[in-house]
Amino acid sequence: MSRQTNEQVLERYEKAEFGFWLYLMTDIILFASLFATYMVLRGNTAGGATSADLLDPKYALIETVILLTSSFACGIAALALRFKKVSMALWSLVLTLLLGFAFLALELNEFAELVREGHSWQASAFLSGFFTLVATHGLHITIGLIWGGAMAFYLLKHGTTANSVRKFTLFSLFWHFLDLVWIFIFTIVYLGAAL
Amino acid sequence: MSDLFSFLIGRLSPEYLPKDPVTIGAAVGMPLAVLGLIILVTYLRRWRWLWDNWLTSLDAKKIGVMYIIVAIVMLLRGVADAAMLRLQTAIAANGAEGPFSSDTFQQVFTAHGTIMIFFVAMGLMFGLINVVMPLMIGARDMAFPLMNSISLWLFVAGMILVNTALVFGGFSNGGWLGYPPLTELQYNPGPGVDYWIWSLQIAGIGSLLSGINFVVTILKHRAPGMTLMKMPIFPWSVLVTSVLIMLAFPILTVTLALLGLDRTMGMHFFTSDGEGNPMLYINLIWAWGHPEVYILVMPAFGIYSEVVATFAKKKLFGYRTMVGALMAIMFLSFVVWQHHFFTMGAGANVNAFFGIMTMVIAIPTGVKIFNWLFTMYRGRIDFKAPMFWFLAFVFTFTLGGVTGVLMAVPALDFQVHNTMFLVAHFHNTIIGGVVFGFFAAITYWFPKVFGFKLHDGLGRWSAIFWQIGFLLAFMPLYILGLMGAVRRLDSYSDPSWQPLFITSGIGVLVIVGGIGLFVLQLLYSIWKRKELKDTTGDPWDGRTLEWSVPSPAPHYNFAVTPTVTHRDEWWHRKKAGIGAPTKADYIDIWLPKNSGVGLTVGVLAGLFGFGIIWHLWWLVLVSVIAAIVVIIRRTMSDDNDYRISANELYHEAARAQV
Repeated sequence: MSRQTNEQVLERYEKAEFGFWLYLMTDIILFASLFATYMVLRGNTAGGATSADLLDPKYALIETVILLTSSFACGIAALALRFKKVSMALWSLVLTLLLGFAFLALELNEFAELVREGHSWQASAFLSGFFTLVATHGLHITIGLIWGGAMAFYLLKHGTTANSVRKFTLFSLFWHFLDLVWIFIFTIVYLGAAL
Repeated sequence: MSDLFSFLIGRLSPEYLPKDPVTIGAAVGMPLAVLGLIILVTYLRRWRWLWDNWLTSLDAKKIGVMYIIVAIVMLLRGVADAAMLRLQTAIAANGAEGPFSSDTFQQVFTAHGTIMIFFVAMGLMFGLINVVMPLMIGARDMAFPLMNSISLWLFVAGMILVNTALVFGGFSNGGWLGYPPLTELQYNPGPGVDYWIWSLQIAGIGSLLSGINFVVTILKHRAPGMTLMKMPIFPWSVLVTSVLIMLAFPILTVTLALLGLDRTMGMHFFTSDGEGNPMLYINLIWAWGHPEVYILVMPAFGIYSEVVATFAKKKLFGYRTMVGALMAIMFLSFVVWQHHFFTMGAGANVNAFFGIMTMVIAIPTGVKIFNWLFTMYRGRIDFKAPMFWFLAFVFTFTLGGVTGVLMAVPALDFQVHNTMFLVAHFHNTIIGGVVFGFFAAITYWFPKVFGFKLHDGLGRWSAIFWQIGFLLAFMPLYILGLMGAVRRLDSYSDPSWQPLFITSGIGVLVIVGGIGLFVLQLLYSIWKRKELKDTTGDPWDGRTLEWSVPSPAPHYNFAVTPTVTHRDEWWHRKKAGIGAPTKADYIDIWLPKNSGVGLTVGVLAGLFGFGIIWHLWWLVLVSVIAAIVVIIRRTMSDDNDYRISANELYHEAARAQV
């Protein structure tokens, strides 16, 4: 017996999954701190533009729909893997990543526009808080895209093994988690701006 | 061309080379010491050995030992800083010039606090947890051995950045918590504060990973039969501490990142302009900082619980209340942070709430103190060196707790806020609680790791010196605080303060004597290791599972995973006469292969930090990309373990018995 039994592999991934859940909990604290910071500084515009002037809930709604669809595709990919349908899993994963890219492009476009109009992160405490909170989520999305890309190569190489199913589970946990955070950003930052 | 040049060198410039004699001495001495070490290892042809046995090792015990070595070296630096501080205040009275400039003095107290908390106390804590916790719960290893190694090397990277500041660029002058707006670019344009931010950020992420690792290890790796309520108190304290780490450290990550963004991206979180809010920083940093002090002290509580039960030869009194008290402290530690700045002006009601919560936290702590005392009551106490540390702790820590409750009264706190009284109080709890605890632990568990005991007499004397030195160094500070001496003072005009400051300086020298005795104890014990050899694996007649394996503990900890039926399992086995496992009990086991990934990630993190500090953006980019590649390659590979067969294990265990 030169390789570990399936049971041992399973046990290892159970641990990894539990550890990853714990990591996600710490990430929630990280975002909670950023949300708190944003709420405290929201009114500190230094005489400049306010959130109501700058933020467009409709634009953010499009981003939201794209990200949620991406999450849906990710869920399909996870199911497909479980039923050992590799090509379907791969295509769903590609769709997931493309939608993720689209989301990121929209976000960067919004940032660029704000900066062009003179509302950069240097303009006021409010804008510092806004850019940092939203860009931290964007950074997570970027990491997710890199991870997803690596995952795609892994699936191509190894197919649906016990290892690949469990590696993918961790990735999809991360990707769904980013959805959850975005829902809060959408509600608190963008809808909050319209109130 | 000049554009390219400035892109390549960022803001590196000869103007940041050290100028005053004290720092030049350190800046020359430290690289020479490192160089000497490198030459020594090369001369002894030990690089291969170092790499295979230590640097790439994923064995929790070895990782723990590396943490502790780094922490002890840093302790020497932190104490040297402390001696410089008290030398200055002993001399610079009534217009007399002290040996250090104000700026150097500020850097020294910042470095002292930062190093002692992050690189001494945290390092000792993580080190001891790594060494002991898996053994105590009957586990073979941590849940994530590679992540454990990454944590270690991130910690080392942070430590190296702090010390690089001494050689090149200077350190922060903003105190150990770096309050803005003083630490903002406007008032602090140099690299000092950036050194502070990024060394803590890198080490802090390592701590966060460790926290997750410890929780999963305790919840998933306990030996069969060991329910949570049969787990010894030390692992319990680690569990509670780790949960606190998971809850608190992300706040530190955010806080430091925001300050970093202010400084590098021109943001306005905590600046005086752009409607930034410095008090937000103070709230955030203490929302992490108060739990942090419990993160430091709770593992020490766990250590005392083990030490006192072993040396009183009794089971721990009030096990359930101990666990309850740990839980209570865990919750309460998150609702007291505002007591660090009662003077902010949050209003009487807010101050009253936080004041009362602070007093309430003394109740579970008091419960623990009484439990320890009742454990000793009618025990057959064996006054070995760890017990000396324990007794010094009970006395000192209780005193520190009492002054803490005093300061929990907002009206009183307004009088002593930011004075030497406060400095005396927190040294009272941290030295009395944390430092004494770790010395007790090092003496107690040393034979388990190295196979021989530390010399007992020298250990006792070290404890006595520390206790006397502590009283001499800090009791005068209480009085000075009440007399109105503010903290971080580099000179003063009231001559009546000078005798007290001089007494305090003498106290520091006595503490230095205590450290000297500790180092002597180490060296002497290594010299006499044959006589001090622990042949039984159970030198103290211990109670918990780590004493059931031979000393030094094998790298797989337990040849056969024990099945637990009692809280003091090893004690029970000794009393019930349960023998060693037979050949049929042995099965194949799997262990992680060595890996250089941890060290690589540490090096890259250090380069990343250095890049940001000096605005070397190409270096930042390169190190991030390299780190991503290393991590992806590792996570996508599946064959990282190796097997030890039952037969091999059996023969090795049989050899260890002889």
